Amino acid sequence: MTKNINLTLKVWRQKGPNVKGRLETYYANDISTDMSFLEMIDVVNEQLTLEDKEPIAFDHDCREGICGMCGAVINGRAHGPEKGTTLCQLHMRHFSDKDVIVIEPWRARAFKIIKDLVVDRSALDTIIQAGGYVSVDTGGAQDANSIAIPQEIAELAMDAAACIGCGACVAACPNASAMLFTSAKISQLALLPQGKPEAALRAIAMVNVMDKLGFGNCTNEKECEAECPKEISIINIARMNREFLKAGLISTVK
Amino acid sequence: MQLDGKVPGGHISEKWDKYRFDLKLVNPSNKRKFNIIVVGTGLAGGSASASLAELGYNVKTFCIQDSPRRAHSIAAQGGINAAKNYPNDGDSTWRLFYDTVKGGDFRSREANVYRLAQVSSNIIDQCVAQGVPFARDYGGLLANRSFGGAQVSRTFYARGQTGQQLLLGAYSALSRQINAGKVTMFPRREMLDLVVINNQARGIIVRNLITGELESHDADAVVLCTGGYVNVFFLSTNAMACNVTAAFRACKKGAFFANPCFTQIHPTCIPMHGTFQSKLTLMSESLRNDGRVWVPKNPGDKRPANQIPESERDYYLENKYPSFGNLVPRDVASRNAKEQCDVGKGVGETGLAVYLDFEEAIKRDGKNVIEKKYGNLFQMYEKITAANPYETPMMIYPAMHYAMGGLWVDYNLMSNLEGLFVLGEANFSDHGANRLGASALMQGLADGYFVIPYTIGGYLAGTSRKDITSDHPAFKDATQAVNTRINKLLSINGKRTVDDFHRELGQTLWNHCGMARNEAGLKKAKEHIKGLREEFWQNVKVPGDEKDFNQSLERAGRVADFLEFSEIMVDDALERKESCGGHFNEAYQTDENEALRDDENFCHVAAWEFKGENNKPEFHKEPLVFENVKLTQRSYK
Repeated sequence: MTKNINLTLKVWRQKGPNVKGRLETYYANDISTDMSFLEMIDVVNEQLTLEDKEPIAFDHDCREGICGMCGAVINGRAHGPEKGTTLCQLHMRHFSDKDVIVIEPWRARAFKIIKDLVVDRSALDTIIQAGGYVSVDTGGAQDANSIAIPQEIAELAMDAAACIGCGACVAACPNASAMLFTSAKISQLALLPQGKPEAALRAIAMVNVMDKLGFGNCTNEKECEAECPKEISIINIARMNREFLKAGLISTVK
Repeated sequence: MQLDGKVPGGHISEKWDKYRFDLKLVNPSNKRKFNIIVVGTGLAGGSASASLAELGYNVKTFCIQDSPRRAHSIAAQGGINAAKNYPNDGDSTWRLFYDTVKGGDFRSREANVYRLAQVSSNIIDQCVAQGVPFARDYGGLLANRSFGGAQVSRTFYARGQTGQQLLLGAYSALSRQINAGKVTMFPRREMLDLVVINNQARGIIVRNLITGELESHDADAVVLCTGGYVNVFFLSTNAMACNVTAAFRACKKGAFFANPCFTQIHPTCIPMHGTFQSKLTLMSESLRNDGRVWVPKNPGDKRPANQIPESERDYYLENKYPSFGNLVPRDVASRNAKEQCDVGKGVGETGLAVYLDFEEAIKRDGKNVIEKKYGNLFQMYEKITAANPYETPMMIYPAMHYAMGGLWVDYNLMSNLEGLFVLGEANFSDHGANRLGASALMQGLADGYFVIPYTIGGYLAGTSRKDITSDHPAFKDATQAVNTRINKLLSINGKRTVDDFHRELGQTLWNHCGMARNEAGLKKAKEHIKGLREEFWQNVKVPGDEKDFNQSLERAGRVADFLEFSEIMVDDALERKESCGGHFNEAYQTDENEALRDDENFCHVAAWEFKGENNKPEFHKEPLVFENVKLTQRSYK
């Protein structure tokens, strides 16, 4: 049932990348439990604006859990306490009256803070640019049904392709590793016949760029899988390691 | 002025092939000498950027989000149409063409729609080659389903995330070109003006959303792929950043805005809950393939759904439209839901909802089959409403979803301003007065992959342009104007927030320029908007600084543009004295409450020229000529 609750928020405020930030306390009163977490922040921001204070900067866009733009660490958990849920799809009915909620940005060496809860995730784009594609120009494709792909393979590829690139896996990992993100793309394309010709080149290029960008290594903590809002499996990391090893050992690509 | 759509001659099925042959070509080694600006990285912008760069052009691509992968195309759920006829159920290019023209209530340009149907098959081929994991049958071939408004199964899908997968396909092609150095990517930039020199679009002014700096970029042509404007209604299914600013700034610089009153209401959205709701969530209309829409037979029946016996349920779509049933087009489904709620048969706390029931489908196919088809949608519904649709029927209500109107373009997708191309939802051309399901993805990708690569070459090879750079005074003037406006917004320091104004604007438009319209209401809305706009410029409060990451300032600029743009939208609705598709004027309806067109007087595109603030925009007409389909009263009975 809908009800209204009062909350105390401790929110990370930071003017810019090179200045020190700190937690500030705000009160969110009379919050309907039907609201989403971001709508709750909207309410606080409206209030701050009217009090001549600067509202909390936070990234968000589609508010239906698919664009990957939003995300923050809520009481120590990326995207908050609900499993398989982005922050925009986290509803206030999962909180109780008088709760204290700590809200912090993604923290990782490769993600610089831009302002408050907003971080720079362009490193994830750089990883994709290194090889997260099939090299096919527009116009050159054969008929879509000319290669049959077993349904279970297509489904596995789709499981990996569901990644929204939000960066929660990096934020959740004690090593700030981007292995889950990178492996999801490598897996999707390695599973499909269309991606196979470049699989070796792709695995080497993407993994090398990932390492260069300052992301940490995987030490099997499995935090990434636990916090991923799309529940991407760490089986993909195993698949990536296999692709990477295979590429190094038996392919001619260096 | 009568507008010329520049539709080439010949039989409709040969126009595009012949036209492509007639278009001038740019020599491969000359392509690198041309700079093209693409604004927006949704399906249209992403695919255009990648395809143009592959051809050898220098492309600069801009997007408002932190990454080109986040554009709102990503949220499209249901699927993408293509006339592949894989299921052997009678589909063809001609049928897809006909369905789209009819679905658009005969207010689209025939030749454009035919071309769209023609290239639809190439899109699927291209996407599969990119590694888009479409759904497949047990034999490993592509699966199809039927979708709102169609009697054949021509919709390709990737679970309930088709838009995401297609966008990530285009994004991967774009990423490949960024890596190759052919596309320079500028994320977190908002286009705030178009620069026109000698009546040609030659560049843009953007604000760097991190630093607040204004940047000037010049080019030989500008391609706008900036999406639709239904966030003017405040609550819509669009993402929070969707706006009309880029398109409207182009309009202020001389580009005509076509059919702005053609907005689409999507019938299957999660009903509203409270004042602080920030957006409405769409449930894919693919749900209507298996879900049955109903309300209680008796007005005011407040019993829970499971206590209302079969005999007291009104499956109004199935009863009224026996051949299409729950699959009638969006405008028809939406209006019928409103009709039921208006007579008190609406369900849920607010009475503004109807049931979408899966009980029968689950009984027939088993829970597993339904879960496989719609699992993620059911999950999303439960997350938002805390109700389990496997056990109780979903509640749905229509919400603003898509803009059929947009900047006017000719057959080349070029606006009346030379060198300004407009693709995807931002243009007006293919969907007429109502868009059919699974057609937006098709159009965005058709424009970007298969139309612009040809037509832009014809423009670049066929026109002369002065040698200019961003040092040209026109860039300085535009920058200064943008700067003045930003400073004005920051200096007002009034008492109401930007969202507060936006919410009020949205409510006014929803009441008077929404699902049903009438002259008195529209006039009232026009007056109201005028007053609201005046108050905005005196009483809005925008905190923060100009040279900083400032989301309040971003929103203020967008809402200021919505406040101006919405008046043109209302003007357009007032002038179109007929009902068609998404534009339903209560004065023009059949005895059965269907939209009643006036083909004699309104079979045209209404394109509006901006004439200065507080002046009525000037009307220009492009007559629509139908040589291949007969204009009929749409019937889905």
